[in-house]
Amino acid sequence: MFAQQLVNGLVVGSTYALFALGFTLMFGVLGVINLTYGFYLSVGAFLALFATQHGVSIWLALPLAALASGCVAVLIDGLLLTPLRRAKAPELASLMVTLGATLLLYSLANAALSTDIRRFPPGVIDANALEIAGIRITMTQCLIIAAAGIIVSVLLWVMNGARIGLGLRALAERPDAAALMGVNAGALVRLVSLASGTLAGASGVLIGLNYNAIQPYMGEVMMLKGFAVIILGGLGDIRGALVAGLVVGMLETLTAGYVASSWKDAVGFVLLVLTLWIRPSGLFGRLAVKRA
Amino acid sequence: MSAPRLDVDCLTVRFGGLAAVDDVSFSVAPGTVHGLIGPNGAGKTTTFNLICGLIAPTGGAIRLDGRRIDALPSWGRAQLGLARTFQNIRMFNDMSVLETLMTGMHANLAESLLASLLRLPSFRHAERAAIDKAWALIDFVGLTEAAHRRSGDLPYGDQRRLEIARALAGEPRLLLLDEPAAGMNPSETQALEALLETLKGRGVSMLLVEHDMRFVMRLCDQITVLNFGRKISEGSPREVRADPLVVEAYLGAKVARSLEAPP
Amino acid sequence: MPEFLDDFLFTYQTLIYALGVNGLLALSMYVVLALGQLSLGQAAFMGLGAYVSALLTVKLGLPFPLVLLAAMLAPALAALCVGAPTLRLSGVYLALATIGLGEVQRIFFINSELTGGALGLSGIPTKGGLISIYGSLALALIAFAFVARSKIGRAMEAMREDELAAGALGVDLPAYKLGALVVSAMLAGLAGALNAHVSSFISPNDYGFDAAVTILSFALLGGIGSPFGPVLGAFILTLLPEVLRPLADYKTVVNGSIIVLAVIFMPRGLLAWRMGRAGAATGRPK
Repeated sequence: MFAQQLVNGLVVGSTYALFALGFTLMFGVLGVINLTYGFYLSVGAFLALFATQHGVSIWLALPLAALASGCVAVLIDGLLLTPLRRAKAPELASLMVTLGATLLLYSLANAALSTDIRRFPPGVIDANALEIAGIRITMTQCLIIAAAGIIVSVLLWVMNGARIGLGLRALAERPDAAALMGVNAGALVRLVSLASGTLAGASGVLIGLNYNAIQPYMGEVMMLKGFAVIILGGLGDIRGALVAGLVVGMLETLTAGYVASSWKDAVGFVLLVLTLWIRPSGLFGRLAVKRA
Repeated sequence: MSAPRLDVDCLTVRFGGLAAVDDVSFSVAPGTVHGLIGPNGAGKTTTFNLICGLIAPTGGAIRLDGRRIDALPSWGRAQLGLARTFQNIRMFNDMSVLETLMTGMHANLAESLLASLLRLPSFRHAERAAIDKAWALIDFVGLTEAAHRRSGDLPYGDQRRLEIARALAGEPRLLLLDEPAAGMNPSETQALEALLETLKGRGVSMLLVEHDMRFVMRLCDQITVLNFGRKISEGSPREVRADPLVVEAYLGAKVARSLEAPP
Repeated sequence: MPEFLDDFLFTYQTLIYALGVNGLLALSMYVVLALGQLSLGQAAFMGLGAYVSALLTVKLGLPFPLVLLAAMLAPALAALCVGAPTLRLSGVYLALATIGLGEVQRIFFINSELTGGALGLSGIPTKGGLISIYGSLALALIAFAFVARSKIGRAMEAMREDELAAGALGVDLPAYKLGALVVSAMLAGLAGALNAHVSSFISPNDYGFDAAVTILSFALLGGIGSPFGPVLGAFILTLLPEVLRPLADYKTVVNGSIIVLAVIFMPRGLLAWRMGRAGAATGRPK
């Protein structure tokens, strides 16, 4: 029973980690808390849903929907945040803009799609399950863990190794100096938006598959959880977000299993408040660089 | 010699393994202007920020009139009489010149929340006195015509004067000036020098970090020279100018720069 | 009271109450924004005030003034708990932590027997009304206007413009931030309590994320150059759906668009007038 809970927790946790990764990447490199981020999750889930309803295989629908969400992220960033960046507006201004945009986007999505819960067509994924030592692992769960693992590995590889990663880190530390060093800031901003939006979209598809329930506000719920995860992990800390995502996912699942499922959503926020009191710099103690 | 106004004692700060400021000691006597100079990367700005309280030291002590201040946050130091200006001028753009100066009086303006809410006589007297004092300062720095203008709209030179006046408004024991002549044209620099001379005449103690060497030499009573985070020389402008170590430090920096520069 | 006025009040009672309550909420947002901080916990503070007051009235039957006092103290305590650890960090932390507070509280209200669960509390006796709502609003407005034109108001504007420079002038930054957050929480709690006692029914979802964003839109639409701006913003955004009936369904769309447009195109808000900061005439001394 406990082992089964752990596996379920791992699955939930890896979707959280994936989601939080993009969120913290956005903050770490672009220096803004972009509250529209959760919306890209809903976008990803709905696009995958529509694609599979039209007979597209989920293997194709997942990457396509994720990338399309990334493009939406680039578009929205360009519309809302680029003007503020140009005007050198304070940090909180961008937070407020994206806050307003969130309200707007969800209301529109709500009007267009209604809040009815929708489900993937049956047979999107093989309904069989593996059984190892009494633990049931569905194909969906396998897909989630595998996809999350692959996406995270690719991202870490890019960030740590490639030239792009170097530019990104330069942009995160000293945006002005990065520009002087010939880093094309505009292109990198778009790239980071694309990457984060893709991560959100991918996690949206996976979360939609996991619960087999899709509706416009699913992104907002995750967004609130995302705060808890990225603060627990340390704002802007990629490794922290991964670990914190897994931790929150596990603890939620265990809370649902052993306490009451209605309290599971409080887990993240209790952790958030505790983190702020005990260790505001997050799990690994790297406080986000405060921009002057 | 009287007790020092500011006493910096074996001040050290390390970032990672690197000592940005290494065992630096100097003191500023009351009523004097003390210069802090050195080539680029010598640790002047870091020392300045240590004194203001923007960076926490790894070791050493800072005393203002004999009182340890190195554990206090920047506002705590300001309340004890440490005022500063910024290298890149920091204005309260929407405030008028007069309001800016009244804001500068924050630390010694006795207005309780209750008195402000009830508009008690004590509050009205304090405000009136603050306004009168602000006008006196405005006249002193020559911004009379601009008193009611938005401070963000003033020309650069005037903003610098306003910033100095804002720092003076709190009647500080020590005025810290971070490259006040940076970005000024010759006539603005001249006006600034005259202003600082007058302040000196009035007995304001100052610590000046500055690049413009002639400016420093003319204004300062004592100069401390830093290089690579250490103190390499100290004395009157004449002594410092004659010190071979100083000449070498500046020359070395110049030669290094000329070597780096593309042909 | 003349009859036509009586009729008018009766017909538009709910709207008139809502205007006053939202005005108070807008002011509670103003205190925090005025020194450059962002709290998204205004709805949570309001909810806490509403629940505490409703429970004290319904279960213990305490006198109304005492109930209001408690409804201000409880959110103040919550503000201290969230504010103290976050205010030394960058402003983003306060924003995120207050969102967190709102969610924890909502989940608690939904799950707790005491607070009536997801159905909320009903049958709250009607107390207060026009005089207590508009009296509080007027008092708060006057108090903020007076404070704005004093040393404290200057320090607040200085912090909003440039925190580093304000600190260098001796403004105790954490004390001001915490003070503002606590005052803001008390005001929101008061608004919640007053609202609960004129609407007789409260439920957990009234105080969620959307409500927090709506309160922010009041202040941003009006502008924070003076305390009058946010109140004006609240009045407009409360009246708008009533005047333009078709808009009522798109309230959140309107609020959201207003925030976006205000921050990008009108950073000073509709009432761009900035209140002077000196508490006396600034003329030259004779």
